[in-house]
Order: sequence, then C-alpha cells, then structure tokens
Amino acid sequence: MAKGEGTTGTDIPAGGFVQLLTPDGDRIDSVTTADGTTYTVDFTDEEYRDLYRDLVTVRRLDAEATSLQRQGELGIWASLLGQEAAQVGSGRAMRPQDMGFPTYREHGVLYTRGIDPIMPFGLFRGVDQGGWDPNEFKFNSYTIVIGSQTLHATGYAMGITMDGRTGSADGEAVIAYFGDGATSQGEVNEAFVWSGVFNAPIVFFCQNNQYAISEPLERQTRVPLYLRAGGYGFPGVRVDGNDVLASYAVTRTALDNARNGQGPTLIEAYTYRMGAHTSSDDPTRYRIASEVESWKAKDPISRLRAFLTRQQVAGEDFFTETDEAATALALGLRERVLAMPDPEPVRLFDNAYPNGSPEVDEQRREFLAYQASFEGSGH
Amino acid sequence: MTRVKEFNLPDLGEGLTEGEILTWLVKVGDTIELNQPIVEVETAKAAVEIPAKWGGVVTRIFHDAGTTVEVGKPIISIDTDPGAGPLPSAESLAAVTIAPAEGMVEPGLIGGPAPGGRTAVLVGYGPREGAAVRRPRRGTSHTSPTAPAGPPPAAATASTVVAPPVGPVAPATVPPVTAGAPAPAHVLAKPPVRKLARDLGVDLGTVPGTGPLGSVTRDDVHRIAEGRTEPAANAPTPATAVRPGPAGDREQRIPVKGVRKLTAENMVASAFTAPHVTEFLTVDVTRTVKTVERLRLRPEFAELRVSPLLLVAKAVLLAIRRHPMVNAAWSGATNEIVVKEYVNLGIAAATDRGLIVPNVKDAGRLTLCELAASLHALVRTAKSGKTSPSDMSGGTFSITNVGVFGIDTGTPILPPGESAILALGVIRPTPWVHHGKIKIRQVTTLGLSFDHRIIDGELGSRFLRDVGDFLTDPEEAMLAWS
Repeated sequence: MAKGEGTTGTDIPAGGFVQLLTPDGDRIDSVTTADGTTYTVDFTDEEYRDLYRDLVTVRRLDAEATSLQRQGELGIWASLLGQEAAQVGSGRAMRPQDMGFPTYREHGVLYTRGIDPIMPFGLFRGVDQGGWDPNEFKFNSYTIVIGSQTLHATGYAMGITMDGRTGSADGEAVIAYFGDGATSQGEVNEAFVWSGVFNAPIVFFCQNNQYAISEPLERQTRVPLYLRAGGYGFPGVRVDGNDVLASYAVTRTALDNARNGQGPTLIEAYTYRMGAHTSSDDPTRYRIASEVESWKAKDPISRLRAFLTRQQVAGEDFFTETDEAATALALGLRERVLAMPDPEPVRLFDNAYPNGSPEVDEQRREFLAYQASFEGSGH
Repeated sequence: MTRVKEFNLPDLGEGLTEGEILTWLVKVGDTIELNQPIVEVETAKAAVEIPAKWGGVVTRIFHDAGTTVEVGKPIISIDTDPGAGPLPSAESLAAVTIAPAEGMVEPGLIGGPAPGGRTAVLVGYGPREGAAVRRPRRGTSHTSPTAPAGPPPAAATASTVVAPPVGPVAPATVPPVTAGAPAPAHVLAKPPVRKLARDLGVDLGTVPGTGPLGSVTRDDVHRIAEGRTEPAANAPTPATAVRPGPAGDREQRIPVKGVRKLTAENMVASAFTAPHVTEFLTVDVTRTVKTVERLRLRPEFAELRVSPLLLVAKAVLLAIRRHPMVNAAWSGATNEIVVKEYVNLGIAAATDRGLIVPNVKDAGRLTLCELAASLHALVRTAKSGKTSPSDMSGGTFSITNVGVFGIDTGTPILPPGESAILALGVIRPTPWVHHGKIKIRQVTTLGLSFDHRIIDGELGSRFLRDVGDFLTDPEEAMLAWS
C-alpha cells in the first residue's frame, strides 16, 4: 500500500477544492467537505501505476494527433493537454454498467472505456462519423454542439430510472461531460432543471479549463460554477482537476450516490487547457504566458510521478518503459490514421434509415448512375 | 514508394488558403526526426510550428522565410531513406506531379477567397478544394479518355458555382474585388447590398451610407458605381520575397505587406483626413531625470524599468485630466466629437516587423507603479512580436519616443482615431539659463501634433505647456494639480 504522510480529515476552505495529491506530489489521506462527505482513495501499487500509465498514454496520443493535424492529415484536433487527470480520474471511476456522454475533447475518458483510440480519428480526418457502438462501450458518440449532450444524458438517466435499472448498489448511473463555456448554454441549464426535478441518476462533470475558446471564466459566471448546483436542488463539489486521485474519488462517490437513487451531482473539475482550444485557435492572443507557466507547475503527470517515486511504487525503469510503450502506441496510431481509406460518396445514403426507405433507395440508385456517367474511376 | 518526399503546406486551420513562412528551424542537409519542428508558419489565425511528417535528410527548402505560400504547395523535401546511397539526378526529382490549378471562385462566396487569406466556408466545412477540376462525362468528351483533362477556363468554372449577377452591369467588365483588401470596419449593409457592391466592384468602405443607422443602401452603391470612371483595382500580383528590379542588382523590390502595409495605410489615412498642426517646446528636465533616479531606488520600483518616458506618460495623463478635449476623436460619420473619459495610452515601438503602437488600456487609472509595469510589458511584448490585435486598437493618445534614436524631436503623424500625439526628443546636457546664470542642464524638446479640427492652437499650447511644466518640476506639478 502506498500511503503518504498527508493529514487526515482536512476541511477544504471556501472556494477551495477537493485535493488528494498536491502539485508537489504530497498525498493527503482524506478530505471532508462542508456537507460532511469524506473523499479518499485506497489504491494498490499496481492501480497507482495503471493511472500513471493512462495519463502518459493519453497525453502521448494527443501529441501525435496534434502533429498529424499540423501535417495536414487531420482537418482539426481538439487537444486535451492539461486535462488528463480530470478525464482519466473520472473515466476510471465509472463502473462497467455506467453510461458516458462526452464532448469532442474526451479522448482520455474514451481511452479508459476501452475504446480503440483510432475511433474518433475518422471524424477529425473527415472520412467518417468517427463512431463506435455506444451501447457496446457504454459511451456515446462525440458531440460537437456545445452542451447538447447534457440533455441526451438527462433523458438517458431518466430512462434507466423508468426501466428500474437504478436505485441499488449495482444500479446504473450516467455521467455527462461538458466545459465551463457550456454552462452558459440553455441546454445545460435545462438538463440541470430536469435532472433535479426528476432526481435522475446523473453526474454532471464540468471540466472548467478556464476558457470558452477565448472567453475567460469571469465572463461566464459570477459565482464558482459548482455553487450553481444549489439553485437546481442538488449538490455541487469542486475538485482539483489536475489531481487524478481526487478526480477519481469525487466522481466515484457521485456516481455511487446516483446509482443508489440519491440524484444528480455537479462536479466542477478545476483544471487548465494547456494548449489551444482546437488546432484552429491561437491562445497567445488572449492568454498571458505567465498564466500558462503557473499552471505548468500544477501538471497532473509530474505530481503523480513525484508521488510514485517518493513512495517507491515505481522507478526509472517503469517510467521509461511507460514512455516507450506510449510512443509505440502513438506511432501505430499514426500508421493507421494515414491508412484510413477515403470514403465513397455513396456512403452518404448508408445511415439514413436503419431498414432503408423507398425514397432514399431511389436517390441512391440515381446517384450511382450519375457517378457512373463520368469517365475514369474514383470520385 | 518515393524515397524523396515533398511536404505541401497543409491547411492549418479550417479554410485557410495561404501561410507565411516565418522561420525555418532546419536547413538543407540536416538530419531530422519524425515530428521534429521544422518550420514556423503564420496564418490568418495563428503562428504555428509544423512538425516533420517524415524522418530523414532535408534535400530542399522551397521558400525563404518571409514568403507567403499557398496551401497545397510544396515547402520542403525530405530524403526518407538517406542510408540507401546517393540520390538520383535532379531531373527525376523535379518530375513531380503538380496538381491542376484551382479554378476561380467568386470572392466571398463559399469556397471563394475571403479577406485575410481565408477561404469562405461554413462552420464545419472544408474549403471546396478542387471543386473546379471536373472529370469529363462519358460520351460527351471531345478529348480522348486517356488524355489528361486540363483545368477548364476560369469563367466556365465560375459559372458552375456562381449564379449570374442580377442587374444591368455585365460581369465581364467588372473585375472582382481584390481578395486581399482589408475588410472595411463596421460598414452596415444588408447582405443583398453587399452582394451588389461585390458584383459592381464597389468597396463598401468607400460608400457614404444614407440608410437607417448610416447603413449603405442599394442606391448608395449604384450612385458610387455610376460615378466612377475607373474600374476597381485589379488583383495584385502575388507577393513574393525581395526580388531584384529592372536595374539589376542595384535596386530591390520589397513587397508591401504586413505591418509595413498597415502603417502605410494608417499614415495616408491620417495625414490626408486630419489637418495636423505641430508645436514644439524645449524644457529643462533636470528634475525629472533626478526624480527618475530616486524612484529607481525605491523598493516598489526595484523590479521595474523606470525611465523618463514613464514620467512623460504620467505628465500626459495628468495634463489630459486638465484638458479632456485633447483626448477626443473626430467622428465624421455622425458629425460628432467623441470625448473619451478613459485614456488608452499608445506607445510607438520599433520592432523587427516595423512600427507598431500598442496601448495601455485605461492608463489614467493606474498608479505610477502599475503604469511602469504596463509600459514595460507592452514594449517587451511588442519587441517579441506577440502584441495582440486588441492591444493595438482603441488608442486615444500616443507617445513616440524618438529620443532613443538620438533625435531632437519630430512632427509625428496622428494614429487614426486619435487627436494628439507627443514626440519625446533626446535628453542631453545643454547650456541653459537657470536662476539667472548659464548652467549645464538636462534639456529636451517636446513636439505635439494635434488634429486642428478638434484642438485649437490655444488648447494645444496649454496642454503642451502643462506637460512641460510637469517635466520641469514633477513634484510641484503633482502638488499643484492634485
């Protein structure tokens, strides 16, 4: 067991957050919030190493995707750099039966759900919809429209209650991801209202990365985001989103509360987007360098590495091995992305109706004839 | 697979058509690794580093830094298997298939060029690459099936995308609006009027609007279109790097773009709209110099750069408080003088890329300490080339410190939208009558240019006198004006 010498039963100050691993890698044994909830984690050495492996891998894959975009192989990429801990921590906190609803930046959560990391690349390369089977992995498709997935998630959560699949220790729960900017959207507020009123088994996981593209948080809200939950009638908690342990602990507790019939929770994971909003954005136009520097000191990976080293849970060999494995995975991913075939235009008609429709079938026939009227091959 | 691979400039951000090479991070002969940063490219959206797509040895760099390159054109070639012996001849390297030129699409329409080197696209769509290159239909082609289909004439291509213009003017006689022209700022006009203006080759920014809220109407556009004798300027030749002129090596032709182009446009716009007057005042600033030295010793200024410019800035801010009309702007559109209650203090900075004038927002509210920190940060950001557009807009009064070049003073030209600018000359030891005797004193000359439409000689003189009084004795002025 790896336990640090942290204090026990720390009360978090107003405006503070739940933190179990400081930026210097010091472990805090447990934290109790004002409502009396105590958060802690109890991981084996191997589980700690797994979390580290996840963090490094998702960051390395993300870096490869950024390079691929710069090389003209992806149309666009939304980097998760800096938000690995919030994603891996919350993703690992989901139980197999739980359902997730991501935005377009949840590559880290996707990885923890066991989905092949290649899956979303079809979307970003523009060759397909980037889909996987949401029911197989219990993880919905990426949603581009800001905040709309919170309503889908709320409906799903209300549905599983109606199906009687919740209200016990092995019940199901739902987690909806969104960002700080989405909290200004009508959909997100509607989702809060419905979830609160219907006591839906849902966790709203807001990664507050401080910027809605270029709009800073102080232009989105006058109160800390997690405090908004009170107005909708369910609890809100703020967690250090750069702390994978705290992100795990808070999400696990909230999901378990939801599956036990105790209704929704809003989690505000306080973090920072180290890179651009997407590859089309230039953050130096709206952020100052010193702010970015101050967040570098709170890096989610280096603090876990410091902890693992100090507790002798892992040594240099492990770190090197992890880096090499992540690089190999990233280079394999690159090869597979470059090998993705261009789609046939006729695929346009494939997913219009599950069992076909006379009208669409006719359009498809016409389109094929039109295509065949050209000389040469290809499209 | 080809051993030497060419890397084409990709679309780095959803619908860009070009990028400017800022810096090459590698050179021919360098061995590079996959994903190693090779070049810094600036687009209309961002300056980004491009990582190498392949490892190997750099065999060719196609464009020098400073060149603007179209998306899809090669920028570097890399020998991906340098261990396999010498390369084949240059001819085989040159035998690279060049994609057919893209057809012309009307500016502003989806798929057409838009201001800032972008292709106009809907959100989430890519540009219509190769939309003009069509394969021939079976049985209708005059070319044999094996012959390569050349790019069709531009006019025919355009007609496949663009609806025929409505109206009496034949499109062929009116060249399209220059794609690279700066978009007129905040011109109000309905979309059909914008379309009409584009069809008629009228720059909306030049049309005085008579509609509601000063918006441009169809009639306004027609009036300008009919009154004009010359057609709109043709599209400029694409900018290239410095090239020798007709006189051979003894002339250089430098394409006008970037900061230089912006500076030129601003200077012309200002010099020929605002009637400038310049006044000079030579003052003894010995006490300012001494005050600066004392401030430097104070702990709260220890980390900051304190220079006479800081006190000049303070003098200007205090004098503006006494003469608010100096901090005003002429609004021709509404026939009003806009007096600003805030001072966004611009500081002209010479940078590698040319002159830029970033400003300290709401400088009048800052303490001297904060002002020093802001000025320092402003200049440092400017020198590193990272000044954001918002830092450069909205200035209300500017200072240009030509003294740093050892110059006595100047007659500065107003930044557009501002009504006064102060030039600070060099401060040098000079014989000066001080308390009835000739002493060596620290003396400088201030030059104030102002917009005579707003500021009369009296007001300009009083303002300049106040700035001079402050610099002659900062402590007394602080007390007297407080």
